[in-house]
Amino acid sequence: VTGPLYPQSSGPDGLERLEAAWAKPRRFGLVIEVNNTHVGVLYVATGFLFFLGAGVLALLMRIQLAYPRSTFLDANTYNQFFTMHGTVMMFLFAVPIVEAVAVVLLPSMLGTRDMPFPRLSALGYWSYAIGGVLVFASLFFGVAPDGGWFMYPPLTGIKYSPGINTEVWVLGLGFVEISAVAAAVELVVGILKTRAPGMTLSRMPIFAWYMLVTAGMIMLGMPTVIAADILLELERAFGMPFYDATKGGDPLLWQHLFWLFGHPEVYIIFLPAAGMVSMMLPSFARTPLVGYTWVALAAIAVGFLSFGLWVHHMFTTGLPLLSLSFFSAASSAIAIPMGIQVFAWLATLWEGRPVLRVPMLFILGFLCIFTIGGATGLMVAAVPYDWQVHDTHFVVAHLHYVLIGGMVFPLFAALYYWMPMVTGRMLSEQLGRRAFWLMFIGFNAAFLPMHLTGLRGMPRRVYTYSADLGWNTLNLITSVFSFVFAAGVLVALVDFVRHRRSGRPAGSNPWDAPSLEWLSGLSGHGFRSIVPITSIYPLWEQQGLKDEEIAGRGFLPDAPTREREALITGPITSEPEQILRLPGPGWTAFVAAVATAVVFTAMTLKLTAVGVVAALVAAAAYLYWLWSMDRALPRGLADAGRGVALPLYSNGSGSVGRWGIVVLLISDAAVVASFIFAYLFLWTVRPAVWPPDGSKLPGFLEPALCAAALIGAYVLFEAADRLNQGNRRLAVALCLIATAILASGALTIGWRWLDGLGTDPRGHGYGAAVWTLLGYVALHVAVGAAMALWCLARLGLGMIDSWRCMTLRVCLVWWRFTVVAALLTGLLVAGFPHVVS
Amino acid sequence: VSREAKGLVLGPAALLAGCAGAQSALDPAGPSAASIDRLGTWMYAGAVLVTLLVVGLMLVPFLRRRGGPVNRKLFLWGGGVALPLLTLTALVPYVMSVGHETRASIPADRLSVDVTGHQFWWEMSYWRAGEVSGATSANELRVPVGEPVELFLRSSDVIHSFWVPSLAGKTDMIPGRANRMVIRADRPGVYRGQCAEYCGRQHAHMAFDVIALPRVEFDAWLARLAQPTREPPAPELSKGRDLFVGLGCGSCHTVRGVTEGRLGPDLTQVGARRMIGAGTLSGGIGNIAGWIASAQHLKPGNAMPSFDQLEGSQLRALASYLESLK
Repeated sequence: VTGPLYPQSSGPDGLERLEAAWAKPRRFGLVIEVNNTHVGVLYVATGFLFFLGAGVLALLMRIQLAYPRSTFLDANTYNQFFTMHGTVMMFLFAVPIVEAVAVVLLPSMLGTRDMPFPRLSALGYWSYAIGGVLVFASLFFGVAPDGGWFMYPPLTGIKYSPGINTEVWVLGLGFVEISAVAAAVELVVGILKTRAPGMTLSRMPIFAWYMLVTAGMIMLGMPTVIAADILLELERAFGMPFYDATKGGDPLLWQHLFWLFGHPEVYIIFLPAAGMVSMMLPSFARTPLVGYTWVALAAIAVGFLSFGLWVHHMFTTGLPLLSLSFFSAASSAIAIPMGIQVFAWLATLWEGRPVLRVPMLFILGFLCIFTIGGATGLMVAAVPYDWQVHDTHFVVAHLHYVLIGGMVFPLFAALYYWMPMVTGRMLSEQLGRRAFWLMFIGFNAAFLPMHLTGLRGMPRRVYTYSADLGWNTLNLITSVFSFVFAAGVLVALVDFVRHRRSGRPAGSNPWDAPSLEWLSGLSGHGFRSIVPITSIYPLWEQQGLKDEEIAGRGFLPDAPTREREALITGPITSEPEQILRLPGPGWTAFVAAVATAVVFTAMTLKLTAVGVVAALVAAAAYLYWLWSMDRALPRGLADAGRGVALPLYSNGSGSVGRWGIVVLLISDAAVVASFIFAYLFLWTVRPAVWPPDGSKLPGFLEPALCAAALIGAYVLFEAADRLNQGNRRLAVALCLIATAILASGALTIGWRWLDGLGTDPRGHGYGAAVWTLLGYVALHVAVGAAMALWCLARLGLGMIDSWRCMTLRVCLVWWRFTVVAALLTGLLVAGFPHVVS
Repeated sequence: VSREAKGLVLGPAALLAGCAGAQSALDPAGPSAASIDRLGTWMYAGAVLVTLLVVGLMLVPFLRRRGGPVNRKLFLWGGGVALPLLTLTALVPYVMSVGHETRASIPADRLSVDVTGHQFWWEMSYWRAGEVSGATSANELRVPVGEPVELFLRSSDVIHSFWVPSLAGKTDMIPGRANRMVIRADRPGVYRGQCAEYCGRQHAHMAFDVIALPRVEFDAWLARLAQPTREPPAPELSKGRDLFVGLGCGSCHTVRGVTEGRLGPDLTQVGARRMIGAGTLSGGIGNIAGWIASAQHLKPGNAMPSFDQLEGSQLRALASYLESLK
């Protein structure tokens, strides 16, 4: 490699090119712009609209419950409202909006210009927005989900819920899953690979630590509910009895899978909020966060522990006391990392000279409410106590203390704190204080008495109650003050709208904050140049940082390839590695999202023709997208500024594409693990005879042949990659063809084996589990075969060579995963019955 | 913040003091509910203290003039680690020792009841080991005072949850499983219970009564329940019985000695029940008549059709007959 191929300039001509590359498109900017600020702001706004919508549902329910025997809402409407309130608040507001805040803030906090996969962010956002609107609209047609937000079968099975209401719920969750997994990929790769030079792991803004843990939890937690969802839909659509106790299924399987995700979900919502608090607190306390390392470790500990607590939603299901005690102790143990965070925040306030502005007020409200929610959390973690309060209004009160206290109050603090960064204007101190007090008083006066309502025996999810049970006054108080809370939200909303015109100009750093995001401007490119970081609090501790940045003396003050670019750095020490060309505005993500939404909707409404057409459009969009990846890039270097020249392309293990596929496959592995869990769980319920449905014991010959074919296919793909390094095109092509043939052979043998066993996927939970496991693995093998052909086509067109080989390598990672997953699954299905019978 | 915070912490204590009801966990009448209530009291006290501590620590920095370096170890190790750890060390063993009454084993000759949840009513069948009684009732559980009663909880359709707050915590009724639970009522009286797991459209109207009686009265009642109903003593009531049979009510309902339907609640003693429609209405001829004529209006979506084609006299006769079944 010789000398810098692409020069760059820190002068005005550099700035001109930088601005041109990051300029918003003139037409259709709303839907084709993919920059994180644009997508993120839309994302936050959409999430907030769902918050308002689900809030209105809550108010309508509170009118109904204000008096006993009220006829304001009938049973059907009420049941749809409480289901939608929970579903929308959890899946369309809480999870997406914390991801959204991260999309807006993280790149600036990390000192980069955008997320590493801008089109993926856009796809995540548009899927969520369109899907969410469709799900919400189901209310207006009376077909909204009505099984409660955790949708326990058999109530949600086809027998007791024959309508499409349940499909609407599955549909809604489908979209959130797309956007959540997209977010997880973005967050992990963004945080580990796009930090400013010098920002080592120990200098990351604490929010990045929190988001890294959150992304890890999404990565491992979301897939279990995806798996549960797939099983539910297989049962509803094809009669595969996973949850049907009369056919060897078990309703508790759903509860395990759902809460295995559902409990971490609470922390997926809470941790980003805690991260925001940890970022804002130093600005108002006027001193660095006490115990940065403690807090980061506490966040990691919460992430780990949260996966060990799911059974505490199932204390009343009749499980043995011993296992309940274990989960009770584990649930209580989370009090320790929570305590560390709270006391680190308190210590920060004590060390500093805190200033009481609106965001600080909301943070104090958070601390107060969340502490109470934590205390009642310890109560519900106590098994016998939970037997009384489970599924009552006590739990409703508790979860609102945790979620409104732990997430909504920090979110409002964050909106008041960071909105000036996006709009350039300050929100009103006066309106903010009023909003806070209305919300704080309204919340506590509404929800504190609700604990008592529950202890006095009122179950949750009842649309009416008798007048003689001692619940009347308490319910009336709750209803009245829920409107006070809503009034507070309304005042804030007025302020959000008003300030865009009449708010005081904010200047560049209105709170005199220490973190990097306040250095970035309002433009798409964010930073003029990317200055090396030497401190956790660069704006307080790095003298002259602003001047360096503006003068273009940092990295990448120009757009050397005339396109959008980001600096890729090492995951731990953050030394510059590469200049990554980012995709600019385009239709791909939007079209793919719209088409996907139409496919899901058409499937729900059983409009087959529309569904097929939309599926073709969606497939075309995704294929175009994939084809356009791994573009031709020069082998030369580009000047990154500060005397560093960096490559424009990376095909090694450090490249972002590789990181992306690994994160995706970790999620995928969690789906496989969930299916394996389902198989084994159904065995524990009826361990006597296995297989229990009278089908044949799986043999060994066919599985062995199948495994041999798969290993062969994988080895040949591995060989293709090696041979490609030596530019031996013909040999590579032969290997790829052989991979595809061997994979097809494995599929054929596998099919004949499964078919010969005589196990009926519709007859028994065992058959359903076996077919699902093997079917899911077969899908991976089929995709692997398609990948081989895909690579073959690109090889033939000269789009793969020894340098430009990311496509081949990403597919190789897929094959490595597939062969391991397939062998483990095959071993389980073929071997387990022999072991236990 | 401080004024609010004070209200916050003192509020629940004041509210908790004086309150009870037929369906309240705060008014225990059985050993399990009582021990859980005691556990609750300790935890409420702990929660108030922790909240006061955090709110206090949070407000002090705003009330003083200047801050400065603090003892970080005290905050992080003391508040963050030691405080929760000590609380848990005290709490967890205590928690583990509470509430086991509902899982206790009981002498083999004692009463057992199969409780089955249906959308949206309860079926109770009484039996003793080695005896075939077949005595069945609905939406009402009678128990002898002061004796442990063993319940086997099942469901015929979706998940329900059996909950009588004054006696014990809840236990789910899950299709394909039978959960065991032991309850005991320490004083005679009526304790209301209600389905606690959302089970569909009329989840709100799925309540029942637990009636604790002295042993002698209970035995007499149970013996009567196992007998066929007597021949109606008045012609009006006979007419009612004939209507009951003629209209096909018996295809769903059992009246012992008359019909044998099992799809709906057993009506052998329906006249003795405090409530009808699983807690929808109080008993009495008028309400029974109203229920027969407009069950779908009173509890939309339940399995009982509205017999709104009946004439007034027919309805009266039918309701009188049912009310006479005690």
